[in-house]
Amino acid sequence: MDRYEHHDYYLLDDLLTEEHKLIRDTARAWLKKEVSPIIEEAYEKAEFPKQIIPGLASIGAFGPYIPEKYGGPGLDQISYGIIMQELERVDSGVRSTSSVQSSLVMYPIWKYGSEEQRMKFLPKLASGEFMGSFGLTEPDHGSNPSGMTTNFKDMGDHYLLNGAKMWISNSPFCDLAVVWAKDESGRIHGLIVERGMEGFTTPETHGKWSLRASATGELVFDNVKVPKENLLPGKSGLGAPLGCLDSARYGIAWGTIGTALDCYDSALRYSKERIQFGKPIAGFQLIQKKLAEMITEITKAQMLTWRLGVLREEGRATSAQISMAKRNNVDMALKIAREARQIHGAMGITNEYSIMRHMMNLESVITYEGTHDIHLLITGKDITGIAAFE
Amino acid sequence: MDILVCISKAPDTTAKIQFTDGNTKFDENGVQFIVNPYDEWYALVRALELKEAGGGSVCIITVGGPEADPVIRKALAIGADKAVRIDAQPTDAGFVAGQIADYAKANSFDLILCGKETINYNGSQVGGMIAAEMDLPYVSQAIKLDVAGATATVERDIQGGVEVLEGNTPLVISCAKGMAEQRIPNMRGIMAARTKPLEVVAPTDRPALTEVVGYDLPPQKTEVKLVDPENAEELINLLRNEAKII
Ligand SMILES: Cc1cc2nc3c(=O)[nH]c(=O)nc-3n(C[C@H](O)[C@H](O)[C@H](O)COP(=O)(O)OP(=O)(O)OC[C@H]3O[C@@H](n4cnc5c(N)ncnc54)[C@H](O)[C@@H]3O)c2cc1C
Repeated sequence: MDRYEHHDYYLLDDLLTEEHKLIRDTARAWLKKEVSPIIEEAYEKAEFPKQIIPGLASIGAFGPYIPEKYGGPGLDQISYGIIMQELERVDSGVRSTSSVQSSLVMYPIWKYGSEEQRMKFLPKLASGEFMGSFGLTEPDHGSNPSGMTTNFKDMGDHYLLNGAKMWISNSPFCDLAVVWAKDESGRIHGLIVERGMEGFTTPETHGKWSLRASATGELVFDNVKVPKENLLPGKSGLGAPLGCLDSARYGIAWGTIGTALDCYDSALRYSKERIQFGKPIAGFQLIQKKLAEMITEITKAQMLTWRLGVLREEGRATSAQISMAKRNNVDMALKIAREARQIHGAMGITNEYSIMRHMMNLESVITYEGTHDIHLLITGKDITGIAAFE
Repeated sequence: MDILVCISKAPDTTAKIQFTDGNTKFDENGVQFIVNPYDEWYALVRALELKEAGGGSVCIITVGGPEADPVIRKALAIGADKAVRIDAQPTDAGFVAGQIADYAKANSFDLILCGKETINYNGSQVGGMIAAEMDLPYVSQAIKLDVAGATATVERDIQGGVEVLEGNTPLVISCAKGMAEQRIPNMRGIMAARTKPLEVVAPTDRPALTEVVGYDLPPQKTEVKLVDPENAEELINLLRNEAKII
């Protein structure tokens, strides 16, 4: 049962508008009713619960900041963060599905697409009628996407796409994929590849111990003829996919606070209810140290991330600032998940509690969208001016 | 059919309840407010269902200061067409009912719905008082409501069964569990609520009829003893010798 109570130690809710809180309450009520009761089973079966797609759309989880004229709700960046936080409080996989749809599929079509592409795809992506995926990572190019080998040739009336992408969220059921590939001169462009195009397949990746409620797979392109109008005309070069990643990483920074809050909330409640040596374990100093450090770290992350949201809304957040928040918050959530699991003793390893699931999910979150170490090196480069990862 | 739904704010069920001013005032500091669930889940949602089926409009009304605006916006996001806020502190049930009755008399409605009670004060008075003020029929604690033409059919739970009543509109009904299912607003509703009309109305001159002289918190829960389900003898022993109730 979802017994979550919100924790706001520094009264940061005062920084939110009434509409932000309404958006949060709406997401929370929907998740409690529709997702919390089914998520453990979906995770165990390693199935993305497709039946939640219309509900995700109805709470605004697909492209919250996409303007109304393209079918989105046109919300601000803080609202986007709040929705991601509520989703990830329940499951990082559900948040991932929504992040990919919003930041990695809708965002590039909105920012780099033609008006025809926007009108054709965005409303259907906002309503969940179309689900999208984002193909950047390749089997041999993860942290170093600029080395990608997926490529396309100009055949006059169409492009011919060849190559393969790996570790692609939503791939097995996506209706379309935003694929990053090199043209004949080696420059990276985004192409919208649609299901049904000949030579395009999306085999699922099995055996994951993490993000099991999110489907992951490959995107394979074997001489796929892509219509010329499916190339994103607005931006090329590695900066184009990196712009999408900024948006998704920003969502992750908010989302992982949700995971941390859920683990803390559960640990706090359990430690007050669990009696050992004649008193609640919350009365022991070592448990209090864990709990006190958890809420301290959560509060710091909440403040950092709210500020990042304001900067992003003003168009002033840098990629390096986003890297810092993504890295800090995922790491914070993972540490809290581990400590919270210990506080639950043996109960903590069961599916009665969401903690092990969160912990395993976070192993993906700390790796995708730029690994923990790569983000550290981005901060290093930003402050020293010297890149240590190339 | 034009329906007026009375909405009040109530503290979130997880809120810490404290008092100020020598235990005569509820301390609202740091308390999250929600739409009183009986008003929201039952009265408002049933009103929306009736409107969706038969046309008309749903107007919500609350007596309170601007601090009530968030719950009003939520009710609008769920689907009400317009809102009225009588700009005065809801001092007691008589005052609140009088204000709502004055507004309702000046604007005609076919139905006035409210929740069976608020979850904080549990007064169950406002509906009945509105009906009395307006000289309208009143049915309390309804679990089912249908309207055909000018006839409303209402069901209420009674000891061991159900009572079915019929009455002509306009009438006042307080709604209990069973009347409808909770509706979670969606993003379209939240966006639409931004521009729906919220009319702020000055209160009429009416006195409060009662005054709170003090609040007390319930006694602290005492410790719980867990008895093994196999061990009925110990349970009987405890009930007889310790609790002394058998
Ligand atoms: C569940 C899941 C879903 C995903 N979804 C998507 C998706 O939808 N779309 C997509 O494009 N990708 C997706 N990814 C891929 C993800 O972005 C990559 O896994 C990630 O970028 C890391 O690449 P890699 O796995 O190849 O690791 P590698 O790049 O091989 O890194 C291995 C290790 O080496 C370290 N390392 C690498 N280079 C350096 C360096 N220069 N200095 C120091 N250390 C270094 C890394 O930090 C890491 O610890 C997903 C991954 C997972 C697990």
